[in-house]
Amino acid sequence: MMTFIGIMLTYIFIENFILTKFLGLCPFIGVSKKVDSAVGMGFAVIFVMSMASLVTWMVFHWLLEPNGLEFLQTVTFILVIATLVQLVEMIIQKISPPLYKALGIYLPLITTNCAVMGIALINVQKNYGIIESLFSGMAGGIGFLLAIFLMSSIREKFETEWIPKPFRGMPIAFITAGLMALAFMAFDKALLNNLLG
Amino acid sequence: MELLVNLLQAVGTVGGLGIAFGVILAVSSKLLAVEKDERVERLENVLPGLNCGICGYAGCASYAEALTQNETEFTKCAPGGEKAAKAIAEVLGVSIDVNMVKKVAQVHCRGGKTTAQYVFDYQGVKDCNALFAMHGGNKACPYGCLGQGSCIAVCPVNAISYDADGLVWVDKEKCISCEKCVSVCPTHVIKMIPYDADVLVACNSIDKGPVVKKYCSVGCIGCKICSKQSPEGGFVVDNFLAVIDYSQKGDREAAMEKCPSHCIIRNKSQIN
Repeated sequence: MMTFIGIMLTYIFIENFILTKFLGLCPFIGVSKKVDSAVGMGFAVIFVMSMASLVTWMVFHWLLEPNGLEFLQTVTFILVIATLVQLVEMIIQKISPPLYKALGIYLPLITTNCAVMGIALINVQKNYGIIESLFSGMAGGIGFLLAIFLMSSIREKFETEWIPKPFRGMPIAFITAGLMALAFMAFDKALLNNLLG
Repeated sequence: MELLVNLLQAVGTVGGLGIAFGVILAVSSKLLAVEKDERVERLENVLPGLNCGICGYAGCASYAEALTQNETEFTKCAPGGEKAAKAIAEVLGVSIDVNMVKKVAQVHCRGGKTTAQYVFDYQGVKDCNALFAMHGGNKACPYGCLGQGSCIAVCPVNAISYDADGLVWVDKEKCISCEKCVSVCPTHVIKMIPYDADVLVACNSIDKGPVVKKYCSVGCIGCKICSKQSPEGGFVVDNFLAVIDYSQKGDREAAMEKCPSHCIIRNKSQIN
Protein backbone atom coordinates (compact mmCIF):
# COMPACT_ATOMS: atom_id res chain seq x y z
CA MET A 1 0.00 0.00 0.00
CA MET A 2 2.80 2.35 1.00
CA THR A 3 4.53 1.86 -2.36
CA PHE A 4 1.42 2.99 -4.21
CA ILE A 5 1.03 6.09 -2.07
CA GLY A 6 4.73 6.72 -2.53
CA ILE A 7 4.43 6.39 -6.31
CA MET A 8 1.41 8.66 -6.40
CA LEU A 9 3.07 11.38 -4.31
CA THR A 10 6.29 11.06 -6.29
CA TYR A 11 4.74 11.63 -9.70
CA ILE A 12 2.18 14.20 -8.62
CA PHE A 13 4.47 16.45 -6.60
CA ILE A 14 8.12 15.46 -6.36
CA GLU A 15 8.71 14.46 -9.95
CA ASN A 16 5.86 16.37 -11.51
CA PHE A 17 6.24 15.80 -15.24
CA ILE A 18 5.80 19.40 -16.22
CA LEU A 19 7.23 21.42 -13.39
CA THR A 20 10.26 19.35 -12.42
CA LYS A 21 10.91 17.10 -15.42
CA PHE A 22 9.84 19.68 -18.05
CA LEU A 23 8.12 17.11 -20.25
CA GLY A 24 4.91 17.82 -22.16
CA LEU A 25 5.30 21.59 -22.22
CA CYS A 26 3.54 22.09 -25.56
CA PRO A 27 -0.01 21.34 -24.36
CA PHE A 28 0.85 22.89 -21.00
CA ILE A 29 1.40 26.28 -22.64
CA GLY A 30 -0.98 25.81 -25.56
CA VAL A 31 -4.17 24.72 -23.78
CA SER A 32 -3.79 26.60 -20.50
CA LYS A 33 -5.65 29.75 -21.54
CA LYS A 34 -9.01 28.61 -20.20
CA VAL A 35 -9.69 26.48 -17.14
CA ASP A 36 -12.42 24.47 -18.90
CA SER A 37 -10.34 23.22 -21.78
CA ALA A 38 -7.27 22.83 -19.55
CA VAL A 39 -9.14 20.48 -17.23
CA GLY A 40 -10.52 18.58 -20.23
CA MET A 41 -7.02 18.21 -21.58
CA GLY A 42 -5.80 17.12 -18.14
CA PHE A 43 -8.34 14.31 -17.95
CA ALA A 44 -7.56 13.21 -21.51
CA VAL A 45 -3.88 13.04 -20.56
CA ILE A 46 -4.65 11.09 -17.36
CA PHE A 47 -6.55 8.55 -19.43
CA VAL A 48 -3.90 8.28 -22.10
CA MET A 49 -1.04 8.06 -19.61
CA SER A 50 -2.65 5.35 -17.48
CA MET A 51 -3.68 3.31 -20.49
CA ALA A 52 -0.31 3.81 -22.13
CA SER A 53 1.51 2.68 -18.97
CA LEU A 54 -0.64 -0.42 -18.77
CA VAL A 55 -0.39 -1.40 -22.44
CA THR A 56 3.30 -0.58 -22.77
CA TRP A 57 4.01 -2.67 -19.68
CA MET A 58 2.15 -5.58 -21.22
CA VAL A 59 3.88 -5.14 -24.56
CA PHE A 60 7.31 -4.85 -22.97
CA HIS A 61 7.08 -7.66 -20.44
CA TRP A 62 5.00 -10.13 -22.38
CA LEU A 63 6.17 -9.53 -25.91
CA LEU A 64 9.51 -7.76 -26.11
CA GLU A 65 11.38 -9.11 -23.07
CA PRO A 66 10.75 -12.86 -23.67
CA ASN A 67 11.93 -12.50 -27.27
CA GLY A 68 14.95 -10.39 -26.39
CA LEU A 69 13.64 -7.45 -28.35
CA GLU A 70 14.06 -4.74 -25.70
CA PHE A 71 15.72 -2.49 -28.26
CA LEU A 72 12.33 -2.12 -29.96
CA GLN A 73 10.77 -0.44 -26.93
CA THR A 74 10.81 3.12 -28.30
CA VAL A 75 9.23 2.15 -31.62
CA THR A 76 6.52 -0.04 -30.14
CA PHE A 77 5.73 2.47 -27.39
CA ILE A 78 5.18 5.16 -30.00
CA LEU A 79 2.85 2.79 -31.83
CA VAL A 80 0.90 2.08 -28.64
CA ILE A 81 0.61 5.74 -27.68
CA ALA A 82 -0.48 6.84 -31.16
CA THR A 83 -3.20 4.18 -31.22
CA LEU A 84 -4.43 5.16 -27.77
CA VAL A 85 -4.60 8.83 -28.70
CA GLN A 86 -6.61 8.00 -31.80
CA LEU A 87 -8.96 5.97 -29.64
CA VAL A 88 -9.33 8.77 -27.09
CA GLU A 89 -9.98 11.24 -29.89
CA MET A 90 -12.82 9.10 -31.22
CA ILE A 91 -14.29 8.65 -27.76
CA ILE A 92 -14.19 12.38 -26.95
CA GLN A 93 -15.70 13.27 -30.32
CA LYS A 94 -18.53 10.85 -29.62
CA ILE A 95 -19.14 11.79 -26.00
CA SER A 96 -18.40 15.52 -25.86
CA PRO A 97 -18.22 17.50 -29.13
CA PRO A 98 -17.68 20.84 -27.30
CA LEU A 99 -14.63 19.43 -25.51
CA TYR A 100 -13.43 18.01 -28.82
CA LYS A 101 -13.70 21.48 -30.37
CA ALA A 102 -12.03 23.17 -27.40
CA LEU A 103 -9.05 20.81 -27.41
CA GLY A 104 -8.66 21.22 -31.17
CA ILE A 105 -5.20 20.51 -32.50
CA TYR A 106 -3.82 19.74 -29.04
CA LEU A 107 -5.71 16.47 -28.80
CA PRO A 108 -3.79 14.72 -31.59
CA LEU A 109 -0.70 16.38 -30.13
CA ILE A 110 -0.98 14.15 -27.06
CA THR A 111 0.60 11.60 -29.40
CA THR A 112 3.81 13.56 -29.22
CA ASN A 113 3.37 14.57 -25.60
CA CYS A 114 6.69 13.43 -24.22
CA ALA A 115 5.20 12.99 -20.74
CA VAL A 116 3.32 9.94 -22.07
CA MET A 117 6.43 8.51 -23.66
CA GLY A 118 8.38 9.48 -20.55
CA ILE A 119 6.19 7.54 -18.13
CA ALA A 120 6.34 4.43 -20.33
CA LEU A 121 10.13 4.51 -20.42
CA ILE A 122 10.42 5.30 -16.70
CA ASN A 123 8.22 2.30 -15.89
CA VAL A 124 10.63 0.07 -17.75
CA GLN A 125 13.67 1.75 -16.24
CA LYS A 126 12.43 1.44 -12.64
CA ASN A 127 11.23 -2.12 -13.22
CA TYR A 128 7.72 -1.44 -11.95
CA GLY A 129 5.12 -4.19 -11.79
CA ILE A 130 1.89 -3.92 -13.78
CA ILE A 131 -0.16 -2.31 -11.00
CA GLU A 132 2.68 0.03 -10.09
CA SER A 133 2.97 1.05 -13.74
CA LEU A 134 -0.74 1.79 -13.91
CA PHE A 135 -0.48 3.89 -10.75
CA SER A 136 2.59 5.78 -11.90
CA GLY A 137 0.86 6.57 -15.20
CA MET A 138 -2.24 7.78 -13.45
CA ALA A 139 -0.17 9.82 -11.00
CA GLY A 140 1.80 11.36 -13.85
CA GLY A 141 -1.50 12.35 -15.49
CA ILE A 142 -2.83 13.78 -12.25
CA GLY A 143 0.39 15.76 -11.88
CA PHE A 144 -0.15 17.09 -15.38
CA LEU A 145 -3.76 17.98 -14.54
CA LEU A 146 -2.65 19.75 -11.36
CA ALA A 147 0.00 21.78 -13.17
CA ILE A 148 -2.21 22.74 -16.12
CA PHE A 149 -5.13 23.58 -13.83
CA LEU A 150 -2.99 25.88 -11.67
CA MET A 151 -1.47 27.45 -14.76
CA SER A 152 -4.82 28.07 -16.45
CA SER A 153 -6.29 29.61 -13.29
CA ILE A 154 -3.37 32.01 -13.11
CA ARG A 155 -3.60 32.82 -16.82
CA GLU A 156 -7.31 33.55 -16.56
CA LYS A 157 -6.44 36.12 -13.90
CA PHE A 158 -3.95 37.68 -16.30
CA GLU A 159 -6.78 38.52 -18.68
CA THR A 160 -8.02 41.22 -16.34
CA GLU A 161 -4.67 42.38 -14.95
CA TRP A 162 -2.45 45.07 -16.36
CA ILE A 163 0.78 43.53 -17.59
CA PRO A 164 3.67 45.48 -19.14
CA LYS A 165 3.32 45.27 -22.89
CA PRO A 166 6.45 43.23 -23.71
CA PHE A 167 5.35 40.55 -21.22
CA ARG A 168 1.79 40.05 -22.46
CA GLY A 169 0.82 36.61 -23.75
CA MET A 170 3.54 33.97 -23.97
CA PRO A 171 6.40 35.70 -22.07
CA ILE A 172 4.43 36.08 -18.85
CA ALA A 173 3.20 32.49 -19.23
CA PHE A 174 6.77 31.21 -19.41
CA ILE A 175 7.85 33.33 -16.45
CA THR A 176 4.89 32.01 -14.47
CA ALA A 177 5.77 28.45 -15.39
CA GLY A 178 9.31 29.06 -14.20
CA LEU A 179 8.14 30.42 -10.86
CA MET A 180 5.75 27.50 -10.44
CA ALA A 181 8.60 25.09 -11.14
CA LEU A 182 10.61 26.85 -8.47
CA ALA A 183 7.77 26.36 -6.01
CA PHE A 184 7.57 22.66 -6.87
CA MET A 185 11.26 22.33 -5.98
CA ALA A 186 10.10 22.44 -2.36
CA PHE A 187 8.74 18.91 -2.75
CA ASP A 188 11.65 16.52 -2.59
CA LYS A 189 12.58 13.03 -1.53
CA ALA A 190 13.42 14.12 2.02
CA LEU A 191 9.92 15.47 2.44
CA LEU A 192 8.47 12.15 1.25
CA ASN A 193 10.66 10.25 3.68
CA ASN A 194 9.54 12.47 6.54
CA LEU A 195 5.89 12.00 5.61
CA LEU A 196 5.97 8.25 5.15
CA GLY A 197 8.68 7.42 7.67
CA MET B 1 21.13 -17.26 -39.74
CA GLU B 2 20.60 -16.13 -36.19
CA LEU B 3 20.77 -12.57 -37.34
CA LEU B 4 18.05 -13.25 -39.89
CA VAL B 5 15.82 -14.79 -37.26
CA ASN B 6 16.33 -11.77 -35.03
CA LEU B 7 15.54 -9.48 -37.89
CA LEU B 8 12.37 -11.36 -38.81
CA GLN B 9 11.35 -11.42 -35.17
CA ALA B 10 11.70 -7.65 -34.89
CA VAL B 11 9.85 -7.03 -38.13
CA GLY B 12 7.18 -9.53 -37.18
CA THR B 13 6.66 -8.03 -33.73
CA VAL B 14 6.33 -4.44 -34.87
CA GLY B 15 4.30 -5.41 -37.93
CA GLY B 16 2.03 -7.66 -35.93
CA LEU B 17 1.46 -4.97 -33.33
CA GLY B 18 0.76 -2.46 -36.08
CA ILE B 19 -1.81 -4.74 -37.72
CA ALA B 20 -3.45 -5.52 -34.37
CA PHE B 21 -3.74 -1.85 -33.44
CA GLY B 22 -4.94 -1.01 -36.94
CA VAL B 23 -7.76 -3.53 -36.64
CA ILE B 24 -8.69 -2.18 -33.20
CA LEU B 25 -8.82 1.36 -34.56
CA ALA B 26 -10.83 0.35 -37.60
CA VAL B 27 -13.39 -1.48 -35.51
CA SER B 28 -13.71 1.32 -32.98
CA SER B 29 -14.02 3.97 -35.68
CA LYS B 30 -17.05 2.06 -36.96
CA LEU B 31 -18.47 1.67 -33.46
CA LEU B 32 -17.84 5.26 -32.41
CA ALA B 33 -18.67 6.92 -35.72
CA VAL B 34 -20.22 10.34 -35.28
CA GLU B 35 -23.16 10.95 -37.57
CA LYS B 36 -22.43 13.98 -39.67
CA ASP B 37 -25.16 16.04 -41.22
CA GLU B 38 -24.56 15.48 -44.92
CA ARG B 39 -26.24 18.82 -45.63
CA VAL B 40 -23.22 20.59 -44.07
CA GLU B 41 -20.97 19.28 -46.80
CA ARG B 42 -23.44 20.19 -49.53
CA LEU B 43 -23.78 23.69 -48.09
CA GLU B 44 -20.03 24.10 -48.00
CA ASN B 45 -19.94 23.33 -51.70
CA VAL B 46 -22.60 25.94 -52.35
CA LEU B 47 -20.90 28.69 -50.35
CA PRO B 48 -18.06 30.63 -52.01
CA GLY B 49 -15.40 29.27 -49.63
CA LEU B 50 -13.71 32.65 -49.17
CA ASN B 51 -13.98 32.51 -45.35
CA CYS B 52 -14.43 36.30 -45.35
CA GLY B 53 -16.51 36.29 -42.18
CA ILE B 54 -19.17 38.83 -43.10
CA CYS B 55 -21.89 36.37 -42.09
CA GLY B 56 -20.61 36.65 -38.52
CA TYR B 57 -19.19 33.13 -38.38
CA ALA B 58 -15.57 32.03 -38.37
CA GLY B 59 -15.76 30.76 -41.92
CA CYS B 60 -17.93 29.12 -44.54
CA ALA B 61 -17.82 25.77 -42.71
CA SER B 62 -19.14 27.14 -39.44
CA TYR B 63 -21.78 29.18 -41.27
CA ALA B 64 -22.90 26.00 -43.02
CA GLU B 65 -23.11 24.24 -39.66
CA ALA B 66 -25.16 27.08 -38.17
CA LEU B 67 -27.48 26.97 -41.17
CA THR B 68 -28.25 23.30 -40.68
CA GLN B 69 -29.16 23.97 -37.06
CA ASN B 70 -31.51 26.79 -38.07
CA GLU B 71 -29.50 29.27 -36.03
CA THR B 72 -29.18 31.88 -38.72
CA GLU B 73 -30.63 33.30 -41.90
CA PHE B 74 -29.46 32.14 -45.26
CA THR B 75 -29.14 35.60 -46.76
CA LYS B 76 -26.04 36.47 -44.76
CA CYS B 77 -23.51 35.44 -47.39
CA ALA B 78 -22.77 38.69 -49.21
CA PRO B 79 -20.13 37.37 -51.63
CA GLY B 80 -22.44 34.56 -52.70
CA GLY B 81 -25.33 36.98 -53.02
CA GLU B 82 -28.67 35.92 -54.44
CA LYS B 83 -27.27 32.82 -56.09
CA ALA B 84 -25.87 31.40 -52.85
CA ALA B 85 -29.03 32.23 -50.90
CA LYS B 86 -31.15 30.35 -53.42
CA ALA B 87 -28.79 27.39 -53.41
CA ILE B 88 -28.79 27.30 -49.60
CA ALA B 89 -32.57 27.36 -49.56
CA GLU B 90 -32.61 24.49 -52.03
CA VAL B 91 -30.26 22.37 -49.90
CA LEU B 92 -32.26 23.08 -46.77
CA GLY B 93 -35.50 22.36 -48.59
CA VAL B 94 -37.08 25.75 -47.93
CA SER B 95 -38.64 27.87 -50.60
CA ILE B 96 -37.89 31.56 -50.32
CA ASP B 97 -38.31 34.69 -52.28
CA VAL B 98 -34.90 36.32 -52.34
CA ASN B 99 -34.50 39.79 -53.60
CA MET B 100 -30.99 40.85 -52.77
CA VAL B 101 -29.33 43.86 -54.27
CA LYS B 102 -25.64 43.24 -54.84
CA LYS B 103 -23.71 46.03 -53.22
CA VAL B 104 -20.13 47.01 -53.83
CA ALA B 105 -17.78 49.24 -51.89
CA GLN B 106 -16.51 52.47 -53.36
CA VAL B 107 -14.23 55.25 -52.18
CA HIS B 108 -16.21 58.48 -52.07
CA CYS B 109 -13.27 60.84 -52.47
CA ARG B 110 -11.19 62.08 -55.38
CA GLY B 111 -9.05 64.57 -53.50
CA GLY B 112 -5.44 63.93 -54.46
CA LYS B 113 -2.15 65.83 -54.51
CA THR B 114 -3.32 68.13 -57.29
CA THR B 115 -6.85 68.75 -56.05
CA ALA B 116 -6.80 68.77 -52.25
CA GLN B 117 -4.88 70.82 -49.70
CA TYR B 118 -2.46 69.04 -47.38
CA VAL B 119 -1.47 70.42 -43.98
CA PHE B 120 1.62 68.36 -43.33
CA ASP B 121 3.90 65.84 -44.98
CA TYR B 122 3.43 62.34 -43.60
CA GLN B 123 6.26 59.84 -43.70
CA GLY B 124 5.18 57.38 -41.01
CA VAL B 125 3.81 53.86 -41.09
CA LYS B 126 1.81 53.16 -44.23
CA ASP B 127 -1.48 52.70 -42.42
CA CYS B 128 -4.58 54.90 -42.53
CA ASN B 129 -5.42 54.41 -38.86
CA ALA B 130 -1.89 55.39 -37.82
CA LEU B 131 -2.15 58.55 -39.91
CA PHE B 132 -5.65 59.27 -38.64
CA ALA B 133 -4.34 59.19 -35.07
CA MET B 134 -2.26 62.28 -35.95
CA HIS B 135 -4.71 65.16 -35.98
CA GLY B 136 -7.13 63.17 -38.14
CA GLY B 137 -4.83 62.89 -41.11
CA ASN B 138 -2.55 65.06 -43.24
CA LYS B 139 -5.32 66.53 -45.39
CA ALA B 140 -7.06 69.80 -44.64
CA CYS B 141 -10.32 67.92 -45.28
CA PRO B 142 -11.05 65.71 -42.27
CA TYR B 143 -13.51 63.48 -44.18
CA GLY B 144 -11.46 62.36 -47.16
CA CYS B 145 -9.44 59.34 -48.18
CA LEU B 146 -6.12 59.25 -46.36
CA GLY B 147 -4.53 57.23 -49.16
CA GLN B 148 -2.32 54.97 -47.05
CA GLY B 149 -4.02 51.87 -48.43
CA SER B 150 -5.29 50.09 -45.32
CA CYS B 151 -8.31 48.99 -47.39
CA ILE B 152 -6.01 47.63 -50.09
CA ALA B 153 -4.23 45.53 -47.49
CA VAL B 154 -7.43 44.20 -45.96
CA CYS B 155 -9.26 43.35 -49.21
CA PRO B 156 -9.39 39.55 -49.57
CA VAL B 157 -9.83 39.62 -53.36
CA ASN B 158 -7.47 42.46 -54.33
CA ALA B 159 -10.33 44.53 -55.68
CA ILE B 160 -8.89 47.80 -54.36
CA SER B 161 -5.86 49.48 -55.87
CA TYR B 162 -4.28 52.85 -56.55
CA ASP B 163 -5.25 54.40 -59.87
CA ALA B 164 -3.02 56.49 -62.12
CA ASP B 165 -3.52 59.57 -59.92
CA GLY B 166 -2.44 57.71 -56.78
CA LEU B 167 -6.00 57.65 -55.48
CA VAL B 168 -7.80 54.60 -54.18
CA TRP B 169 -10.47 52.96 -56.31
CA VAL B 170 -12.54 49.79 -55.92
CA ASP B 171 -13.02 47.53 -58.93
CA LYS B 172 -16.73 46.76 -58.76
CA GLU B 173 -16.30 43.64 -60.88
CA LYS B 174 -13.96 42.12 -58.29
CA CYS B 175 -15.70 43.38 -55.12
CA ILE B 176 -17.44 40.62 -53.16
CA SER B 177 -19.28 42.96 -50.73
CA CYS B 178 -17.50 41.69 -47.63
CA GLU B 179 -17.35 45.23 -46.16
CA LYS B 180 -13.93 44.67 -44.64
CA CYS B 181 -12.63 47.90 -46.19
CA VAL B 182 -15.66 49.78 -44.85
CA SER B 183 -14.85 48.78 -41.30
CA VAL B 184 -11.10 49.42 -41.54
CA CYS B 185 -11.43 52.93 -42.99
CA PRO B 186 -11.01 55.54 -40.22
CA THR B 187 -12.74 58.36 -42.10
CA HIS B 188 -15.68 56.18 -43.30
CA VAL B 189 -15.08 57.39 -46.82
CA ILE B 190 -15.72 53.93 -48.25
CA LYS B 191 -19.44 53.34 -48.57
CA MET B 192 -21.53 50.56 -50.05
CA ILE B 193 -23.44 51.39 -53.23
CA PRO B 194 -25.48 49.14 -55.53
CA TYR B 195 -23.47 47.24 -58.12
CA ASP B 196 -25.56 48.71 -60.94
CA ALA B 197 -25.22 52.30 -59.71
CA ASP B 198 -24.38 54.49 -62.73
CA VAL B 199 -22.82 57.41 -60.86
CA LEU B 200 -21.71 58.32 -57.35
CA VAL B 201 -21.01 61.54 -55.49
CA ALA B 202 -17.30 61.21 -54.84
CA CYS B 203 -17.16 63.34 -51.72
CA ASN B 204 -17.63 62.73 -48.04
CA SER B 205 -17.32 66.27 -46.68
CA ILE B 206 -20.19 67.73 -44.71
CA ASP B 207 -18.54 71.14 -44.38
CA LYS B 208 -20.14 74.26 -45.86
CA GLY B 209 -19.43 75.17 -49.48
CA PRO B 210 -16.84 77.95 -48.91
CA VAL B 211 -14.92 75.78 -46.44
CA VAL B 212 -14.84 72.84 -48.87
CA LYS B 213 -13.72 75.13 -51.71
CA LYS B 214 -10.76 76.26 -49.64
CA TYR B 215 -9.34 72.78 -49.17
CA CYS B 216 -10.52 70.76 -52.16
CA SER B 217 -11.33 71.56 -55.75
CA VAL B 218 -13.38 68.38 -56.32
CA GLY B 219 -15.45 68.44 -53.13
CA CYS B 220 -19.23 68.67 -52.92
CA ILE B 221 -20.19 72.19 -51.88
CA GLY B 222 -23.86 71.47 -51.30
CA CYS B 223 -25.08 73.78 -54.11
CA LYS B 224 -28.10 71.57 -54.93
CA ILE B 225 -27.58 72.04 -58.68
CA CYS B 226 -27.71 68.26 -59.08
CA SER B 227 -31.13 67.92 -57.51
CA LYS B 228 -32.40 70.76 -59.72
CA GLN B 229 -30.85 69.41 -62.92
CA SER B 230 -31.97 65.83 -62.33
CA PRO B 231 -35.07 66.00 -60.14
CA GLU B 232 -35.79 62.30 -60.82
CA GLY B 233 -32.23 61.27 -60.01
CA GLY B 234 -32.72 60.89 -56.27
CA PHE B 235 -30.15 63.50 -55.25
CA VAL B 236 -30.64 64.50 -51.63
CA VAL B 237 -28.52 67.37 -50.35
CA ASP B 238 -28.27 67.22 -46.62
CA ASN B 239 -25.52 68.69 -44.40
CA PHE B 240 -23.97 70.32 -47.50
CA LEU B 241 -23.32 66.93 -49.07
CA ALA B 242 -25.23 65.39 -51.95
CA VAL B 243 -26.22 61.76 -51.40
CA ILE B 244 -27.88 59.64 -54.07
CA ASP B 245 -30.98 57.64 -53.19
CA TYR B 246 -30.40 54.69 -55.52
CA SER B 247 -34.00 53.50 -55.30
CA GLN B 248 -34.78 56.43 -57.61
CA LYS B 249 -34.06 55.24 -61.13
CA GLY B 250 -34.35 58.58 -62.93
CA ASP B 251 -31.76 60.19 -65.19
CA ARG B 252 -28.61 61.47 -63.47
CA GLU B 253 -26.60 62.47 -66.59
CA ALA B 254 -27.64 66.13 -66.50
CA ALA B 255 -26.56 66.51 -62.89
CA MET B 256 -23.23 64.92 -63.66
CA GLU B 257 -22.64 67.39 -66.52
CA LYS B 258 -23.60 70.44 -64.56
CA CYS B 259 -21.92 69.70 -61.20
CA PRO B 260 -19.62 72.74 -60.67
CA SER B 261 -16.92 70.81 -58.85
CA HIS B 262 -17.24 67.66 -61.02
CA CYS B 263 -17.55 65.43 -58.02
CA ILE B 264 -20.34 63.32 -59.54
CA ILE B 265 -18.49 60.57 -61.37
CA ARG B 266 -19.24 57.30 -63.11
CA ASN B 267 -18.94 54.07 -61.12
CA LYS B 268 -16.70 52.22 -63.52
CA SER B 269 -14.61 49.22 -62.61
CA GLN B 270 -11.44 51.11 -63.61
CA ILE B 271 -11.40 54.86 -63.19
CA ASN B 272 -8.66 55.58 -65.71
